[in-house]
Amino acid sequence: MSEPAFIDVLSQAEIDAIEIEVAHLPDRPSAAIDALLIVQKHRGWVSDESLAAIARLLGMSAADLDSIATFYNLIYRKPVGRHVVMVCDSVSCYVMGGESLMMRIRRHLGIEPGETTEDGRYTLLPCVCLGACDRAPVIMVDDQLAGPLAESDVEDVLGAFE
Amino acid sequence: MSERPLTERIDAAGGFVDGGRYEEMGGYVAARQAVTSMTPQEVCGLVKDANLRGRGGAGFPTGVKWGFVPDVPGRKYLVCNADEMEPGTFKDRYLMENDPHLLVEGMIIAAYAIGADRAYVFLRGEYHESYRALTAAIGEAHANGCLGESVFGTTYALELAVHRSGGRYICGEETALLNALEGKRAQPRTKPPFPPASGAWGRPTIVNNVETLCNVPAIIRRGAEWYQSLGLGEDSGTKIYGVSGRVKRPGLWELPMGTPIREIIEQHAGGMCDGYRLRGLLPGGASTDFLVEEHLDLAMEYGAIQAAGSRMGTGTMILMDDHVCPVDMARNLQHFFAQESCGFCTPCREGLPWVEQLLLDIEEGRGTAEDLELLDHNAAFIGAPGNTFCLHATGAIEPLMSALKYFREDFEAHIREHGCPYRSGPGSAAEADDGAN
Repeated sequence: MSEPAFIDVLSQAEIDAIEIEVAHLPDRPSAAIDALLIVQKHRGWVSDESLAAIARLLGMSAADLDSIATFYNLIYRKPVGRHVVMVCDSVSCYVMGGESLMMRIRRHLGIEPGETTEDGRYTLLPCVCLGACDRAPVIMVDDQLAGPLAESDVEDVLGAFE
Repeated sequence: MSERPLTERIDAAGGFVDGGRYEEMGGYVAARQAVTSMTPQEVCGLVKDANLRGRGGAGFPTGVKWGFVPDVPGRKYLVCNADEMEPGTFKDRYLMENDPHLLVEGMIIAAYAIGADRAYVFLRGEYHESYRALTAAIGEAHANGCLGESVFGTTYALELAVHRSGGRYICGEETALLNALEGKRAQPRTKPPFPPASGAWGRPTIVNNVETLCNVPAIIRRGAEWYQSLGLGEDSGTKIYGVSGRVKRPGLWELPMGTPIREIIEQHAGGMCDGYRLRGLLPGGASTDFLVEEHLDLAMEYGAIQAAGSRMGTGTMILMDDHVCPVDMARNLQHFFAQESCGFCTPCREGLPWVEQLLLDIEEGRGTAEDLELLDHNAAFIGAPGNTFCLHATGAIEPLMSALKYFREDFEAHIREHGCPYRSGPGSAAEADDGAN
């Protein structure tokens, strides 16, 4: 396929998962976003090395792929903690007290949005509407929604994620 | 008494409808009927006669849209827009998580009607539960011969796959969505050509919203006349309405199209929480104009809401109560739109952050009368259709223009009093939080 020196950054499991997506599509670069999300699922984020390897696997330039990676909110080009805490800052959660919830989470974790705790356990990110507005204010930790979340729930909810 | 073709199975099953339950309750009868005994033209005609209109926000007649697909040989695509990112909207998630086969069946019928042999669900990356439900349903539909090389034993072939989005609001714009589906940056495309002529990978493509497609099986099974009779006014069918904000029971309800706003808020959402008064509402997501008290008896249908200067949008309303500062809520909305601008054209990329900054200045007591004039000017300029490439900025300005109109006194009070009357002092969100601890 391509030069193994670049490809072998990726595991066989990652390559297999990417190839399944490629099979649904008319050409290989069309799988760019799927591939970035797959690698991120395995590694938590997309490093320069991973990016170059994915680009080579899909037959596109790393610069092109980076322009795609940096466009999307859910693709991380910097390392993140073991758990990503996303706090909705859109309008329904805003009306239901989302800003003071965010403040409480910041204080609890001791970090600002965009930062990771020193022990590498949590990364805190603001996020757009999670589509669970009947449960506002909501947060999403990894792939789990929590809401409606009272400020007093923060410690217990986050504590469940080691 | 009222019928609920979208949610009746979920109610009967008390939640998630698995493949077995779906078939027991008449599942795939409509798709089988369409594929084995109707021509694609008959299916299109029936959906057109039913007057099904797009439930993603624009309200375009679905059957008419399908009719735009040219009769040319070669690949055609059906794409389901499941990128539910309009703030305040949570209806498609409910359908996909609880009754994924309904969407799969609607997509089979729609794909057959337009002659598509490939279909994709373009799904929000954050919708993990929907992803699990849909991929399982697609697998079951394949195993049961509803998808694949020979759909219901006919020569019609259809492959259906789920694409998970990398996450950007602009992906909801259908040509931006197609770029994202192709693995590119989600920037809107020049129109024309429109997607039915040249869409995904340059091929004829129809993009329909989740709720729209979920309406299709019942139309096939029960006919256009029956579907039309479900609506209370000029629009057909039922609608999943939603309410979020300070009401007693925030949630979603499938109701006849044209149900009055007041009934949705007071009867279904249980009315405002004690101690809160309704001041305004965004009827169909963040990008729709505010409505106020005088509009509460309007029917939630496309024409009536448009005549009042707003849009029904997604039909999921966000309520603003009397504890919320309209200036700060406008700032929150513009923060979202500024962040989610794709950055392609200047009024949107530069104008929306400017508007957000002006709102922040006014909110925090630094605003002047000139700032308010500037806000008016920017809103008119950025919001004018034709000044930007797509409708992102136009949608962004809808709630701002209407906030400036209905809550003018609040903007002026901020400037006059050099601060927000809803807060005890500048930066008091932080102080209030400290006080609570």
